[in-house]
Amino acid sequence: MKTPILDHLRQQFSEATLAHGTVVIETAPTELLTVARRLQAVLGFDLLLDVTAVDWPKRTPRFDVVYHFYSTTHHVRVRVKTRVAEDDPTVDSLVPLYGSAAFMERECHDMYGIVFRGNPDLRPILLYEGFTGHPLRKDYAKEHEQPLVRYRN
Amino acid sequence: MDMPVHSPVRPAFDASDHPDAVIVNIGPSHPATHGTLQVIAALDGEMIKQVDVHCGYLHRGFEKECESHTWHNLIPYVDRLNYCSALINDFAYCEAVETLMDIQITPRCRYLRTLLSEYSRIADHLTCIAASLMELGAMTAFLYLVMIRDHIYEHLAALTGARVTYSYGRIGGLAQDLPDGWLARLDEILVQYTEFVGRIHGLMDRNRIFIDRTRNIGAISTADAIHWGFTGPILRSTGAPHDLRKDTPYLAYAELDFEVPVGINGDNYDRYYCRMREMDESVHMIRQLVELLPDGPICVDDRRCTFPDKRLVYREIESLINHFKLVMDGPQVPAGEVYVAHEAPNGELGFYIVSDGSGTPYKVHVRSPSFVHMGGLHRLLEGYQLADIIPTFGSVNMIGGECDR
Repeated sequence: MKTPILDHLRQQFSEATLAHGTVVIETAPTELLTVARRLQAVLGFDLLLDVTAVDWPKRTPRFDVVYHFYSTTHHVRVRVKTRVAEDDPTVDSLVPLYGSAAFMERECHDMYGIVFRGNPDLRPILLYEGFTGHPLRKDYAKEHEQPLVRYRN
Repeated sequence: MDMPVHSPVRPAFDASDHPDAVIVNIGPSHPATHGTLQVIAALDGEMIKQVDVHCGYLHRGFEKECESHTWHNLIPYVDRLNYCSALINDFAYCEAVETLMDIQITPRCRYLRTLLSEYSRIADHLTCIAASLMELGAMTAFLYLVMIRDHIYEHLAALTGARVTYSYGRIGGLAQDLPDGWLARLDEILVQYTEFVGRIHGLMDRNRIFIDRTRNIGAISTADAIHWGFTGPILRSTGAPHDLRKDTPYLAYAELDFEVPVGINGDNYDRYYCRMREMDESVHMIRQLVELLPDGPICVDDRRCTFPDKRLVYREIESLINHFKLVMDGPQVPAGEVYVAHEAPNGELGFYIVSDGSGTPYKVHVRSPSFVHMGGLHRLLEGYQLADIIPTFGSVNMIGGECDR
């Protein structure tokens, strides 16, 4: 792994840690857009790989929203994590910076009910219109069914 | 009795947004799209003005299901993500778990996984090229390529016992070692591959019909491709040599000599050609790996994840308990989180797994290339003709199982 970019990251983000070859930055939801902008414009993290969330029902704030960035010049991955509460699971959307955020945020909204402020299109993508609840939350029972067409006897 | 059936999707636009356009719906079960994908298109004549791409028709709750099985039990599930190259899914998932458990796989396992990954890549690219050529009417090319793919499938069945979904990876190793004569048959298939892929080059590369349908169709620039999250052959077809096997070498790729083929325009033709050239590089790598393949065990000697020898299970209590605990409780993976990505045939296949220290995953998330590509598909479709949807969609090689999870 190349060290100059790691040093550079540490200078920019004093709280950054390294875990299994990935740089991890934890940030407040309000800072997320600033961090992403700095990663993209200053440090060359041009590829937004992934957006997802982790549900910790017993913890407050309840959700981790997890982003993975990759730099096609430095070949380094960065994970940005931010915590949001159950009563207001809102983070800023990264759609203004990365086109790929659009679909991944839709999926995360489907599965965890995270609201991405500024994403113009949070329609269901893997689920269907009218689906209630967010299936990857830990309190959504695996056996719960809501078929679109009723089962025949 | 009569329950109203609502439309599962709400289109992003309707006739009021495009008063002069005709709005057509394609899919999700259209005979010409090999994948359950719905495209709602606003057409000006035959020109596509706007599309709304919907996936999710194959969603089966993979990530939810993962949270209630042991780490080992997920291996058959991850096979069913990209079922054209199931072994790469296996190995990427196993490596993610091994990283959390801090396990170093044995040298033989490392080389075998690399070899089988490249073999799977050939099978996947053959499927993609064959299907997309057939959709343009090239039936001979389809049969040539699928014949080779079937040889590969049967050859892998001789190794793993299954044609498509192999369940061959294990945490810390592989299910079993190569059977006798496997490498000799591999060589025969690669010779046949070279002959038939040569015929495809002769049939297609300068074929006027093929060029007219693919040249400058569905073109994208490198900057746009990165913006929309494209990876794999689609990104490389734009001229950017980004390949995880070179950039962040994993398995045995650092020791191999290979090139990263790139295109020029990022159009359908370049995607076809990149895939063809990548298969040649894979063959080159497999030949090196056969030479390099060391002897030795294929599984690590670690009782946290490797099953004890069956004879010992029947003879001594420690092995019996070990076996029982591995089956009932699953391997105990230390708490933590990791993101491991492999260069799958379609692009970056990433596993983000979170463990709480128990035998079942707390969370498994797949960064599937197909899903991200569907998010940028409208960029490849808008501005081209209605009929171009089929070759463009074919060249993207969306795999429903991986896209919708």
